[in-house]
Amino acid sequence: MAGVIARRARRQRAFRWTVLIVLGVFFVLPFIAMIEFSTRDSTTWPALFNWPELSERYPALAEGITASLLQAALTALLMLVLLVPTAVWVRLRLPRLRRLIEFLCLLPLTIPAIVLVVGLAPVYAWVTYFLGGSSLTLVFAYTILVLPYAYRAIDAGLSAIDVKTLAEAARSLGASWATVMWRVVLPNIRSAVLSAAFLSVALVLGEFTIASLLNRTNLQVAINFLGKSSATMSVAVSLTALLLAFVLLLLLSLLGGRRRSGSTVDTVATAAPVATKEPAA
Amino acid sequence: MTGVAVQLNGLRRTFGTVHALDNLDLAIEPGEFVALLGPSGCGKTTALRVLAGLEDADSGQVLVGGQDVTALPANRRDMGMVFQAYSLFPHLTALANVTFGLSLRGRSKSLNRAKEMLELVGIAQFAERYPHQLSGGQQQRVALARALAIEPSVLLLDEPLSALDAKVRVQLRDEIRRIQTEVGTTTLFVTHDQEEALAVADRVGVMRAGKLEQLAAPADIYLTPATPFVAEFVGLSNRLPGRVVGQEVEVLGTRLPLLAPATSTTVTALVRPESVQVTPETDGNGKVLTTSFLGPISKVTITVGEVLVVAQVATDRLASLAPGTAVRVTLQPVPVAIA
Repeated sequence: MAGVIARRARRQRAFRWTVLIVLGVFFVLPFIAMIEFSTRDSTTWPALFNWPELSERYPALAEGITASLLQAALTALLMLVLLVPTAVWVRLRLPRLRRLIEFLCLLPLTIPAIVLVVGLAPVYAWVTYFLGGSSLTLVFAYTILVLPYAYRAIDAGLSAIDVKTLAEAARSLGASWATVMWRVVLPNIRSAVLSAAFLSVALVLGEFTIASLLNRTNLQVAINFLGKSSATMSVAVSLTALLLAFVLLLLLSLLGGRRRSGSTVDTVATAAPVATKEPAA
Repeated sequence: MTGVAVQLNGLRRTFGTVHALDNLDLAIEPGEFVALLGPSGCGKTTALRVLAGLEDADSGQVLVGGQDVTALPANRRDMGMVFQAYSLFPHLTALANVTFGLSLRGRSKSLNRAKEMLELVGIAQFAERYPHQLSGGQQQRVALARALAIEPSVLLLDEPLSALDAKVRVQLRDEIRRIQTEVGTTTLFVTHDQEEALAVADRVGVMRAGKLEQLAAPADIYLTPATPFVAEFVGLSNRLPGRVVGQEVEVLGTRLPLLAPATSTTVTALVRPESVQVTPETDGNGKVLTTSFLGPISKVTITVGEVLVVAQVATDRLASLAPGTAVRVTLQPVPVAIA
């Protein structure tokens, strides 16, 4: 009997390692190839981390990087400004609309980017007419694109607290709605807001289809363009962008992890008040 | 700090087809402690929330200290409110929770005032703890301190004890009464627990279907209920068949005065267990069915013919009233309500 169990455990372990190794190779191999390829020209990496040289040698790339970073920051900001108050208000006053809002926010996920562009093109004709052809106008489209991820994150954060009671408590203590948002709701969904922002940034940094088809520029468009003239540089930039996204996602999971380990600390701490009796006063 | 008068005039509020408030009138004297009591869905919480400004009435008027505050939003009504549970701001310490309302008012000595308040509710030693590090009872104490810190004109308590376990509930209930007497704030307390309401309030309002059935001192509510609903809802009652004879009703051979005139001759009388007297007697009219021990006082269930009668007896008499014992059941001639 014991032999059977030991054999089964051994087999499971072997299976697990096989899967891990196969997947590892699958993911790591392209990275190794990218590193190998991008280091063939020894001037590539130093140039990438020397901004004046980079913007002189590859003006389109420098423009793409600036555009993407600005787009990412503005998208995250616009998303938060639109989504957080809406989600809170729906929970407080229009709970019946919650399903509808969730559905609307998830819609962009089900619509292929190419279809979105077909719809966005005439809209952007007007945007160009009113606001000019700046790449930053893509922020509007990106805000819609990041909604599914951002909504999920913020909704999960709001579910973890009793928004209604907290808001009512603050109101009865004399807080205006702005104070309720700023001093009561936001501090309690801080990590949800951060993850929504990180996800938005990661998504915007990797966006290509919409920018390219609407004739705007961003990092990915620039990389694609660069690939035709300086292949090693374009691979080096891709690798850097990938690593940046990795770091963002890592920070995000660390944030979630800290919250979780934070709550275990809490349970340890709550053991004390349980032991102390209700004060008789 | 002296209390202010509160008046609810003709409040109406409907949710769909349900009348949560049906022309409710309620007047609270300055500094008075009024408890609203009723089954769930009777509108007591809605009444409190309308007074707090957290809910709008369809029609009617809310007066606080003679001022019409019906149109004022919640944050400008100057009310301290304690909720059922989990209303402390989780990201702030107990002390910071109490300071919150004071800081919004720009009080300079808010920290001292907050500390005083925590002392008043008896948890000054937990000032630096976060809500999740406090027990349910301690959290409600902080919530009470937070509500009182802003020196509200009215203190609103929305079932603040219902999430606590029995012992803490009784302790905190008495404490709430002590603190309210000390600060003298006009208080409205909403609960579905009649024992709680009768124990702490100056006056108890029994609500049913959005209306106030009776508003009176706890003893009056219990001894002279205005309606059959109040009689049945507050305290335990035996439902015994009776025959109306003039201004009295004859139940189990005893004539009892009526609280209100009857409309028919055969009625169901509501008789309190403590007015049922039981004495062992071999040729008595009843037989003990079960007994249950409840501490200093115990409950005895007796069959009298087809009728079940519950009586309350001192526990030391329980030995002589074992199940199966023949007993004589008599009723004390106290006024009764009929259903």
